[in-house]
Amino acid sequence: MAEASYDFVVVGGGVVGASIGFGLARRGARVAILDQGDAALRSSRVNFGLVWLQSKGDGMPDYGRWTRRSADLWTGFAAELRELSGIDTEHEQNGGVSFCLGEAEFEQRRNTIQRMHNQVEPWVYETRMIDRKEVEALYPGVRFGPEMVGASFCPHDGVSNPLRLLQSLHGALKTIGVAYRPDAPATAIRRDGAGFAIDTPAGTFRAGKLVLAAGHATTKLAAPLGLEAPIVPERGQLVVTERVAPILPIPASGVRQTRDGTIMIGTTHEAAPDLTTRTTTGNMVHIAERAVQVLPDLARLRIVRSWLGLRVLSPDGFPVYMESETHPGAYVAICHSGNTLAAVHANDLAEAFLAHRLPERLDSFHPRRFHVSQAA
Amino acid sequence: MFRKLPDPAAPTVTVTIDGRAHTVAAHETAASAALLAGMGATRRSPVTGEPRAPFCMMGVCYECLMVIDDVPSRQACLVTVADGMRIDRQPGARALDFGGEDA
Repeated sequence: MAEASYDFVVVGGGVVGASIGFGLARRGARVAILDQGDAALRSSRVNFGLVWLQSKGDGMPDYGRWTRRSADLWTGFAAELRELSGIDTEHEQNGGVSFCLGEAEFEQRRNTIQRMHNQVEPWVYETRMIDRKEVEALYPGVRFGPEMVGASFCPHDGVSNPLRLLQSLHGALKTIGVAYRPDAPATAIRRDGAGFAIDTPAGTFRAGKLVLAAGHATTKLAAPLGLEAPIVPERGQLVVTERVAPILPIPASGVRQTRDGTIMIGTTHEAAPDLTTRTTTGNMVHIAERAVQVLPDLARLRIVRSWLGLRVLSPDGFPVYMESETHPGAYVAICHSGNTLAAVHANDLAEAFLAHRLPERLDSFHPRRFHVSQAA
Repeated sequence: MFRKLPDPAAPTVTVTIDGRAHTVAAHETAASAALLAGMGATRRSPVTGEPRAPFCMMGVCYECLMVIDDVPSRQACLVTVADGMRIDRQPGARALDFGGEDA
């Protein structure tokens, strides 16, 4: 088989790899994306769809700024994808809320918002606490449960349809001539002159530079290249109701209505050492109960589907980006919020990978932060 | 295309389909009763507004969602008819009335 040669090979064709590959190709690079096909765990296909800022970056101010940057880029990104793919990602940015049940939760949320606000410039979050009356004004006609005392509201929050996003990215990749190869999962990666050779069942691919963005599969591929991709996988379960006429105009953390009318209810945070994806009734009941405390009338809707996704989480929950010191030109990109960060990945991160050296603004995301000796 | 096998001994019930009384065999489902009554489209898609009708008749495809005894979004192919049952079209997405009491 003839060996193909590219400027960049991106390993992983989920939302993270596809966004980066898209950004690289839009800036003139010849790109191949090597993927696992439909057998992949594919966290991109199981997420809630929020493009979400207000909860991101507590303890890492640069992550807050990075997320805000992505939220700002998203509208243009969605328009670019629609033009190239003909597919609407259903992106909306009309703000979003996180409901509080009871005064204690409200106070706790207020403290978190204040703490995050204090870590960065005032423009980054602009999240504020709103009382029950203000919440009711955001959701005209909706009846809330008596325990819903208020919420945090961030005007930069929004939502997209994650399935359409992935489909749109892949359509756009095709339009701009990126080689997407679901038949070519990377099995081994070696240095090859100044670049890299990537072995796959469909033959060997050669590239000047290499990006590992393969979600849960990244850790194993990273080590031989002097890269680190520490992942502590986490299970998150969702339930989805039958379709109803529009009632929830803006998304909330844990409950949102899709454009097609279904109401998505989430989610759990459970350790997932074995990467199984079976849902558990007890946890689904738990998240449904909370949703019904916020919106009692949801109890009359039928649940039509449930599923479990595996979050790609680093030990502190923040993204990991790095370039290898032993193998310059090899990069890692793993993160939980591939949907939210898709726009910044397709722009700023792609530019960083095209540059000779990673810019300083990405230093905070280097996994050296997990090295105990340096942290001490 | 389909012909119903004659079964004169089968017990019957009276149901209201789209506002009109029909006598149907007691073993029919709401979906088959609606088809036999010539109802045609039994719902409109909440996404596209397209007219739709029962398809798989075995609980898988959700094309047969109808309003049965005032309860919306029921899978009509899984509901056996009963005397006095009201079977109505579902026009698009059901509404969720805040403070309402439907099941």
